[in-house]
Amino acid sequence: MEKNIILAGVGGQGILSIAFVIDNAALDAGFQFKQAEVHGMAQRGGAVQSNLRYGDSEIWSDIIPTGKADMVLSVEPLEVMRYRHYLRPGGWVVTSTTPYVNIPDYPEIDSLLSDLTAFENIIMVDTAHFARSAGNLRAQNMVTVGAASPLLDFSEDRLLAFVEMLFARKGEKIVAVNQRAFRFGRAAGLFFRGLVDSGMQRLTALSLIGKIDPETIDATHAAAWAGAIADDEAKLEAVLAEEEAVACDRAAAFA
Amino acid sequence: MNREILLGDEAIGLGAIDAGLSGVYGYPGTPSTEIFEFVERRTKKAGDVHAFWSTNEKVAYEEALGMSWAGKRALVCMKHVGLNVAADAFMNSAVTGTNGGLVLAVADDPGMHSSQNEQDSRYFAQFALIPCFEPRNQQECYDMMFDAFSLSEELSVPVMIRLVTRIAHSRAGVATRDRLPQKELEPDKQIKKWTLLPANARAQYKHLTEKQPELLRRAEESRSNSLDLRGTKGIIACGLAGNYLFENIGNDHDYSILSICHYPLPAEKVRELVGHVDELLILEDGYPLVETAVRGLFGLAHVSVRGRMTGEIPRTGELNPDIVRAALGMEPLPTAYEPATEISNRPPALCKGCPHTDSFRALNDALNDFDNPQVFSDIGCYTLAALPPLEAVHSCVAMGASIGMAAGAAHAGYSPAVAAIGDSTFSHGGITPLLSAVQQNVNLNVLVVDNSTVGMTGTQRSMSTGSTLDQIILGTGISEDHFRVIEPTPRNHEQNVQVLREELAFEGPSVIVARRACIEALKTRTN
Repeated sequence: MEKNIILAGVGGQGILSIAFVIDNAALDAGFQFKQAEVHGMAQRGGAVQSNLRYGDSEIWSDIIPTGKADMVLSVEPLEVMRYRHYLRPGGWVVTSTTPYVNIPDYPEIDSLLSDLTAFENIIMVDTAHFARSAGNLRAQNMVTVGAASPLLDFSEDRLLAFVEMLFARKGEKIVAVNQRAFRFGRAAGLFFRGLVDSGMQRLTALSLIGKIDPETIDATHAAAWAGAIADDEAKLEAVLAEEEAVACDRAAAFA
Repeated sequence: MNREILLGDEAIGLGAIDAGLSGVYGYPGTPSTEIFEFVERRTKKAGDVHAFWSTNEKVAYEEALGMSWAGKRALVCMKHVGLNVAADAFMNSAVTGTNGGLVLAVADDPGMHSSQNEQDSRYFAQFALIPCFEPRNQQECYDMMFDAFSLSEELSVPVMIRLVTRIAHSRAGVATRDRLPQKELEPDKQIKKWTLLPANARAQYKHLTEKQPELLRRAEESRSNSLDLRGTKGIIACGLAGNYLFENIGNDHDYSILSICHYPLPAEKVRELVGHVDELLILEDGYPLVETAVRGLFGLAHVSVRGRMTGEIPRTGELNPDIVRAALGMEPLPTAYEPATEISNRPPALCKGCPHTDSFRALNDALNDFDNPQVFSDIGCYTLAALPPLEAVHSCVAMGASIGMAAGAAHAGYSPAVAAIGDSTFSHGGITPLLSAVQQNVNLNVLVVDNSTVGMTGTQRSMSTGSTLDQIILGTGISEDHFRVIEPTPRNHEQNVQVLREELAFEGPSVIVARRACIEALKTRTN
């Protein structure tokens, strides 16, 4: 077993915090791992990436060869495009859909999201929405790694333990917010996959998930929602028109 | 056995501490900064290792040499171009030799991720006639520190550890050992060894050359230089390049491979490999040092030697697994997607609210009256003022070069000759050229952007900021009337432009300090 992950984002978004959580989980599980990162000039609001590799046999290169990445894990949607050619056939994209616009020629977000839906294997998560719900907009990195976590080789508990270790210095409240962000991300990612696997269009799934109460999201309801909405615009509008967030177990009410 | 997650840089730092380090020295510079910072952080509580940033790499090197003279183990760390600054002390320390172990960890930056060149420090080790280790992974970074300190003491030479960005800034689990005790204070009072007057220096230099066969023997026998003879296709893989090789070929292959991580070049092993193969590919993450040595002026009669000089490997830039794969003649791995075309770049930029933005906006406006004015600049965050939207500076060469170059341009008759330099870069390399310019009464304007920290490398302590900076500047003998201090804020813009205009109009040396703290540094200080 070997897993090669490209972590992508913009300087300051906290991709090294994601790396901390996975590195520690890899060491804890007895895997070999290497994780190359970018410091210095590139951190000043520039595109940043980290190559993270772990496995049960020798990891040679600190850099992931083109065609060997199993996953591009991005805290920013445009940054996915920068590294997509590293993906092996069958590789996964896990990405935030929240743009970080600090350049004048940032593409139109709708067309970018629509480009993203063309990836064969992708999990899209509105990280700003879930980080805010968890209590801090800065926790988008934890939402993203949460969304990716079912594709990693570690239990949720172990990963959460290292989220705790990462933020312990900043106090219990910050730990709780980040752990909640991770759990929201994980649930949202699984739910997204469930909806898509049940036949829902990716952008429809994204809109729907944004309306579900984060505390209640549970992938076991995905098939019911996919059946209820079935990519019927009117039915989706009905859910979105609800005044309050909708509980995840209420799919039947909209069928 | 304890295992820690460490950057290559941090593994160097911890290896040094555990090998009985007494002092760490350096000046911040990507990708070497984290070596010093790790030692500083790790030993802060106990306070038993001297860890204080130096004003520049030369000072750092000399302090480390003094620690060695006193009998204790010293680590001095810097980036590759920093070694240029320290070169005087470095070259001569090989001639004096050492007492306590002296290890120089120098981090090269192939590909120039954060540097103005990609010079290969292995040449400096060869030049100085000292051993050089090139670790391939974080564990070797740690373990080699023990070997390096021992070798330095045993043979009385400084030892270089050469890193590259990819190992310096890559993490892995490292198994650590028990910490060795520090050495006792035991100064080396052999006056002839340390006093390089010509008569002594000749004897010491001869002594250094006489050590060379032993240094070579160590490299020949080093477990870091392994020769595995198989088929008639040969490969020499230096340092990290070996990882990119094995990434592609694994352990089941038919190549004959010499891995080199300990210099001087193990010549006997190279000859043995060459005698066994009919073609030879040389892989090194840096300049073609081994390649040019092996090929020589005349080439090898029966072996074709390939590498950076023959185009199988690009002449410039960082090595990676893809480049090595192509050089091996292997097909690229299948990928799911083609590279995206026309993807918007996201260049680094000054932070929102950065004082430099206000300083250079004011400078741009003050220079409006001149035809396409050029500003000499220096190395730091403010070099980003070269990029849009400011496009305010037009050179970046070496630490402190802004002032020297502006002076030279002024000598040639160029006006206005403006230099822009940060407070820490000023202490590193700006004081001496300013002193020269003031004493020569050169018509130049120096803008010191004093943000009170070393910003680009992570807000380390600046040596000359605030009143210390002012006193140094006034100490050059500059007229007090033409030493001005402004506060770069949007509100002060007009007034700052006016100050700059007045000084640009003055015939003679003037210094304007634009003083406002780095917003990143303020964040760290308040946390």
